[in-house]
Amino acid sequence: MLNLMKQFTSAFSVTGWERPLAGLIQQTLAPVADESFIDPLGNLLVLRKGKDSSRKLMIASHMDEIGFVVTSVDESGFIHVSNVGGIHAVASSFHRVRFRNGVIGVIVPESGVKAADLNANKLVVDIGASDRKSAEKRGIRVGELCAVMPMLQRLSGSRYAAKAFDDRIGCVVSAYAALHADTPAYDTWFVFTVQEEVGCRGAKPAAFRISPDYALALDVTTADECGGKAPVTRLGDGAAIKIKDSSVLCAPEIVDRLTELAKARKVKYQYEVLTAGGTDTSSMQMAGIGCIAGCISIPTRYIHSPVETLDMKDLKACADLLTAFVEEGISET
Amino acid sequence: METAAFFNRLKDYCAIPGPSGMEDAVREQIIADISASGAEYEVDNLGNLIVFKRGRNRRPYKLLLAAHMDEVGFMISAVTDEGLLCFDAVGGIDRRVVSGRRVRFCKDGRTGIVASKSIHIQTPEEFGKCEPIPDMRIDIGCADRAEAEALVSIGDCAVFPPNYEEFGEGLIKSKAIDDRFGCAVLVELINSDLEYDTYFSFNTCEEIGCDGATEVCHRIRPDVAIILEATTAGDTCDAPEGRRACELRKGAVLSHMDGGTIYDKDLLSLALHIGEEAHIPCQLKNIVAGGNEARSFQTGASGARVLAISAPTRYIHSACCVAAKEDLLAVERLTRAILERSIPLC
Repeated sequence: MLNLMKQFTSAFSVTGWERPLAGLIQQTLAPVADESFIDPLGNLLVLRKGKDSSRKLMIASHMDEIGFVVTSVDESGFIHVSNVGGIHAVASSFHRVRFRNGVIGVIVPESGVKAADLNANKLVVDIGASDRKSAEKRGIRVGELCAVMPMLQRLSGSRYAAKAFDDRIGCVVSAYAALHADTPAYDTWFVFTVQEEVGCRGAKPAAFRISPDYALALDVTTADECGGKAPVTRLGDGAAIKIKDSSVLCAPEIVDRLTELAKARKVKYQYEVLTAGGTDTSSMQMAGIGCIAGCISIPTRYIHSPVETLDMKDLKACADLLTAFVEEGISET
Repeated sequence: METAAFFNRLKDYCAIPGPSGMEDAVREQIIADISASGAEYEVDNLGNLIVFKRGRNRRPYKLLLAAHMDEVGFMISAVTDEGLLCFDAVGGIDRRVVSGRRVRFCKDGRTGIVASKSIHIQTPEEFGKCEPIPDMRIDIGCADRAEAEALVSIGDCAVFPPNYEEFGEGLIKSKAIDDRFGCAVLVELINSDLEYDTYFSFNTCEEIGCDGATEVCHRIRPDVAIILEATTAGDTCDAPEGRRACELRKGAVLSHMDGGTIYDKDLLSLALHIGEEAHIPCQLKNIVAGGNEARSFQTGASGARVLAISAPTRYIHSACCVAAKEDLLAVERLTRAILERSIPLC
């Protein structure tokens, strides 16, 4: 699992250009895939046939991460950007960034901007170009995407910090279950979605295409940070079974079944009631004629920063719980 | 394409009243204009006009070109005892472009005046300020409520009056260039011999949330959707270079990202490449703002690859949108050049 984590967190996959990661995951899952393809938006859909092909399960984790898009290059060679997704401008400042063509730069606030006034439109990228022409020569034009450089750091014990655990870690959990689960209960589509960070756009057409009976999303959720009151989840307390976020009320059938499976397989779990945020869960729940949808969340600190932090034990719990659901489905048979 | 005829058609289209939900007159004119083209068409339950035109060849995928018929306008919400009309905006209208304007009612062509308190009787607090639209009134010259209610009822709609005019160095001004210009280009294409089979849709209700396009997407299920639109040009305000969205006289605007859509990168590269090859001026929109029907096609049904080709337009959503004829022609040429290709889809 650590190996998948390393590979997935280092791939380039800013919202709008998820193809490198899609290719990597497609390759990783090739040995178990009964069918796999990339749809017009760039979603990767991987099928594992199940015992009961009259029903369909869709598992969604999103491949994209927040980043920046170039809006202009000025005469001095500074690259002006706008945010793609919910950027924390302070957290992103003074880091190295990587463009999709591999060009490396540093991202800094415009001179004189105070931290309180900082937003993504006041950040510039310096790739060492002395003027517009030399920036353009290196392939940087309006519309190009970049993100903070990949980083994966073991802290102590089973805890790790990385950029873009949101939601590579969901992809890891999903890929792990796809690789290790016994024959699924239903025809199971492991879907790696695009454009979640700009409003859960990718999951909608993917869910419309599959038209699943059941759907599960895998995504990060906020955890106990220093100074935080009433944390939504705690690191180390296990897989978080989502009850709601601001975009969805999870189907009780899913919440109850996940709880049952966690107890039966001795998987540590906690519940998540989130008053903010949204996930692909809602897109799947409401696509087409709708479906029975829920979500397993991975407790994560400092979400949307370059140092998102989690506990591998929770990750393992999520993977075991997802595997159980894939194998046993909604009813005890 | 006959340039003079194109701009005459645009002038006619801009003059037709067609706020969101009341696009009937626009649609009827378009149907009349494509009647000799041999294209098949249908009108769906939302009032969208969907046209299919056979080309010399078949495409291995469905391509649809879309423009919207509706324009921003006004809807009557109440009648006062004095016989004045309360109203609200249909679509996004800046209140500063409304005050003191004439409006024309769709059902009978009646003229109204957006009444504002004259400067002589304003209090010092009111001076220099623009009241919100719900505080404005439309005056249709009636003495009291009964007289007004005999002529107008709640729910009646009005738009800015026709005012198409050529001016300056190759510029035009009118209400509703957004998106009658797109409609006019589509009609030109439908009336041409096409290389490939192509779907066209003239959509309703874009200005209030792209509802028409969503319906079209589910009905046609295109693999590729190209949206023809008017987009805001920021070359007259104090925006610094690089934050003007786009500029007049710099050609067709291609979008990489806006408030609703991240556009397909392959289609965008292809469009830029075709533009360069055919010497058609193109520019990239350089702020991430606004949105159009591309989002409905991209995330509707199983999803389509989307491209937006826009005309840079100043003062959009006002009574006087301003566009350059050369830019409109660039959009038409670029769209035509793209239609002649069978796009390789991976």
